[in-house]
Amino acid sequence: MSLVNFTTREITCKIVYYGPGRSGKTTNLHYIYGRVPESRRGRMVSLATQTDRTLFFDFLPIDLGQISGFTTRFQLYTVPGQVYYNATRRLVLQGADGVVFVADSQARQLDENLESLQNLQANLLDLSIDIRTMPLSLQYNKQDLPRELILQPVELDDALNFRGVPSFPADALHGNGVFETLKSITELVLRRLAQGAAV
Amino acid sequence: MTTSLNPKFTFDTFVVGAANRLAVTAARTVAESPGSAYNPLFIYSGSGLGKTHLLMAIGAAAKRLASDLNVEYLTLDEYVEAFHAAIAAGQGDAFRRRFQTVDVLLIDDVQFLTNRLEMQAELLRLSEALQAAGRQIVLTSDRTPVDIENLDERLISRFSGGLVVDIGAPDYETRVAILRRKSEERGAEFQPGVLETVAASSFANVRELMGVLNRLVAYQAVNESPLNAEGAKQLLGIEVRASGGHAAVASERTSPDEFAAFLTDVTTTVGKAVEAWRARITEAMLRWEGEGYRTRRLELLLEQETPIAPDEEIAAFARDVERLRVLEAEVSQFDPQAAGQSVFRDPERLAEAEEAATRVRAGAAPPPAPSAALPFSLFAVGSSNQLAVNVAREVIEEPGRRYNPLVFIGKSGVGKSHLLNALGLELARQPGAVVACLSTQAFIDELITALDGNRMEWWRARYRRATALLLDDIHLIGGKDRTQEELFNLFNLFQDLERQLVFTAPAHPKTLQGIEQRISSRLEGGLVVELPEPDREVRRVVVQRALGAQEVPDDPALIDYLADRPADSVRSLIGLLQRVVGAAAAQDVPVSAGLAREVLEGGTAAERRRTVGFRTSGIVVSSAGGVRSREKIVWDWAAPADRLIEELR
Repeated sequence: MSLVNFTTREITCKIVYYGPGRSGKTTNLHYIYGRVPESRRGRMVSLATQTDRTLFFDFLPIDLGQISGFTTRFQLYTVPGQVYYNATRRLVLQGADGVVFVADSQARQLDENLESLQNLQANLLDLSIDIRTMPLSLQYNKQDLPRELILQPVELDDALNFRGVPSFPADALHGNGVFETLKSITELVLRRLAQGAAV
Repeated sequence: MTTSLNPKFTFDTFVVGAANRLAVTAARTVAESPGSAYNPLFIYSGSGLGKTHLLMAIGAAAKRLASDLNVEYLTLDEYVEAFHAAIAAGQGDAFRRRFQTVDVLLIDDVQFLTNRLEMQAELLRLSEALQAAGRQIVLTSDRTPVDIENLDERLISRFSGGLVVDIGAPDYETRVAILRRKSEERGAEFQPGVLETVAASSFANVRELMGVLNRLVAYQAVNESPLNAEGAKQLLGIEVRASGGHAAVASERTSPDEFAAFLTDVTTTVGKAVEAWRARITEAMLRWEGEGYRTRRLELLLEQETPIAPDEEIAAFARDVERLRVLEAEVSQFDPQAAGQSVFRDPERLAEAEEAATRVRAGAAPPPAPSAALPFSLFAVGSSNQLAVNVAREVIEEPGRRYNPLVFIGKSGVGKSHLLNALGLELARQPGAVVACLSTQAFIDELITALDGNRMEWWRARYRRATALLLDDIHLIGGKDRTQEELFNLFNLFQDLERQLVFTAPAHPKTLQGIEQRISSRLEGGLVVELPEPDREVRRVVVQRALGAQEVPDDPALIDYLADRPADSVRSLIGLLQRVVGAAAAQDVPVSAGLAREVLEGGTAAERRRTVGFRTSGIVVSSAGGVRSREKIVWDWAAPADRLIEELR
C-alpha cells in the first residue's frame, strides 16, 4: 500500500499495534476510538473470542480530513498477541507504515515482551523488511500497576529499547500515554515520507 | 549615508531591569573605553526590546566622553546600500578607507547578512581591520551569531569572540518603570494603579507597551476625565490572570480534546512532509527575491496543484539566475549602467538578457592598445638607457609588483614613448592581459567625450578592466581636475589589484606644474627612471637601423659620421639623417659620408636655417624637451619614402 498517492491526493497511513497477548493493544484502540469524533471514525472492527481476546485483529479507520490538500486517513490495526496466531500477525503487518510495540510493564511479562519483539523482527524479515527501517515506537503499558509489580520505563528501555526509539510509559485503560504514542509513531511515519519526497 | 544618532536614545532614557542589565553594563563599558573591553560587542534580542536604543546610547555616550571620536551608526542595509553605491561610483576603496578610520562602528540588524556572501566578506575584512587597529565594533541582531543563517564561520567566530549578550523581555517592574518614565516624558498623569494594571499583562516587547500607553494617553486626552485602573482594563480589554479562579475551574471542566490536539500535530507534520515541495519553492523564492531577482516563474508553480517536477524547476531557475549573474557581471565590466537593466534580474527574460549582453559586447571597445610599430626589438639600447630598459624588463617579468608605478622621465625624443609602447606590447603578450596604452591627451579627450555623452560609467569600466595602464606625457593632466580625479581612482584601483601603471613625463613628477599633490606623490611612490640623451652607441644603432629602413647600403664611415654628430635626442638624429637622404635623392647621388658632411656642415644657408627647430617631416618640434609634440599621438606615420615625396613637392 502506498502511503501517499499524489494522483488521488490521499495519504493512507497504516499503523500496527504489536505486542504480547494481554499487553493492552486493543485497549489503546478503544481509547482512541472513544476520543475520535463520530464523524471522523469508521466502524471499529473487532473480532474477539467470547473471553474478549482478539481472535483475528482490530481495525480502526480514522479520517483526519483534508490536510494540506490531501485526504488523510489513518488505519490502526492490532495483531492477536497469542503465539499461535503468527500467520495472522504476519498478514496484518503487511504494508504497515509504522509499528507501535505495546509492552506489558509487569516484571513477570518481560520474557513475553522480548519474545514478541523478536517475533516482530522475524515477521518483518519474512516480509523482507529490516526492522531498523520501520518506524517504531515503544509503549510501556500498565504503568498504573503497583510499583513492586512493574518495571520502570528506564528498566524497560534497558531491556527492550535496543534501538533507542521513542518510548512512552502508558496506562491505556485511562488513556495516559495513548495519544502521545500515536503522535510519536505518526511523526516518525510522516517524517519518513518527507525524506522520501525530498529525494 | 550614515544615520545620525537619535538624541533621545541615550543611557539616561534607557530603563534598566533584570532582563537587560548585563547588556546595559556591557554597553556602558564599551562606550567608556571603546576598543578595549568587549570587542566586538554583539547584542541580540527580539524586536522592540531596545537594541537600537542601546546601540545609539553607546554612540552618544562615547561621543560625549571623547568628542573627537569618529562614531558611525548605521543599519546593515544602509551599509550594504552605501557599499554598492560606492562600488558603482568607483569609490570602493575610498569607502573602505573611510570605514577603517571609524573609532566606534555601530551596525544595527546584522541578521540581514544571511546569504549575502560578498557583504559578509566585506564586513569580515572591515572588522579585522578595525579590531587590529583597536577600534570598537558593536553589532545588534535579532538572533545569536550562530543562528544567523548561512553566516560565514569566520564571522561567527569573530562576532562571538567579544561578548555576546541578550536583552530579554522586560519583567513587571521594568514594565512599570518604562510606563512611568514614558508617561512622564509625555506629560501624562494617570491615577494610581493604572500603569501597574497595564504592566501586569504580559507584553512581548516594549513597542507593544508603548502602543498601549499611547492609547491610554489618547483616551485620557479626549475624555478629559482621569482613567482609573478598572477603566484602563476595560479600555485595553485586559484579562488579568489574578482576577479569580474561574479559568482554572473551567479548564478542569472541559476535558482536553486529545484528538483535536493530535489532529493539529498531524496537520503540522503532514504540512511539513507532503507539502515539502511548496516549502522548497517558497524558500527558493525568498532567496532569489532577497537577491533581487523576479520569481514569477516559481510563483506560477505554487499556483499549480501538483507540479510535475518542482525540484527540477527550482534547479532550472537557479541555473538561469546563475547565467543572468554571469551576463550581468560581464556587462558591468563594459558598461555598469547597462548592467543595471531589469532584464538582468528576471530569469523569465533570459533570452532578452542574452541579447542585451550581446549588444553591449558589440559596442564595447577595448581601451587603446600600445602601438605595434614600436616594439622592444626596435628600441636602441646603449649604456645611457640601459637602466631604463632593465627596469622595463623587470616590470614585464613581474607586472604590478616590482615597480608600480613606473615613470620614465627625459627630454623629448629620447625614446620614452617608444619604451612605453614597447613595454605595453610585451605586457599585452601575457595571457588575459588588457593593456591600455595611450597619450594622456587622448585619455583626456576620451574622458571629455564620455562626460559629454553621459557615458562615464562605460568609460570607467573600460579602463577598470585593463590589466595595465600606460599613459604617455602624464604632465598634460596638469590643471585638469576632473581627469586627475578619475586618474586618482584608477591609480588606487590598479595599485590595490597589483596592476601595472607606467607613465612618461618630461621631468621629475614633483616638478610638474598643476598636478595635485596626491597624484604627484603617488607617481613618485614607485620608481622614477630617467632616459638620458642617447650615447654614441645608441646613436649608432639608430642610424644604422634608419639607413637600413631607407635601403641605404651599409657604409661604416657614414654611420660613424652621423653617430658622431651632436644630437640631444634620437628624434633630432633621425632629422639629420633624413636631410642627408633627402639631399641624396634630390641630387640623385648615393648617400655617403661625404655627402652627409657636405649637407650637414657645408650646406646652403636655407638648409642651415632648417636645421634649427625644424624637421624634415615639417612637424614643429622643440629639441629642448618640448612637451607638445603632436607626433606622439600619430602612430601610423607615413613611410619615410612617402614623406620624402611630400617634402619634394
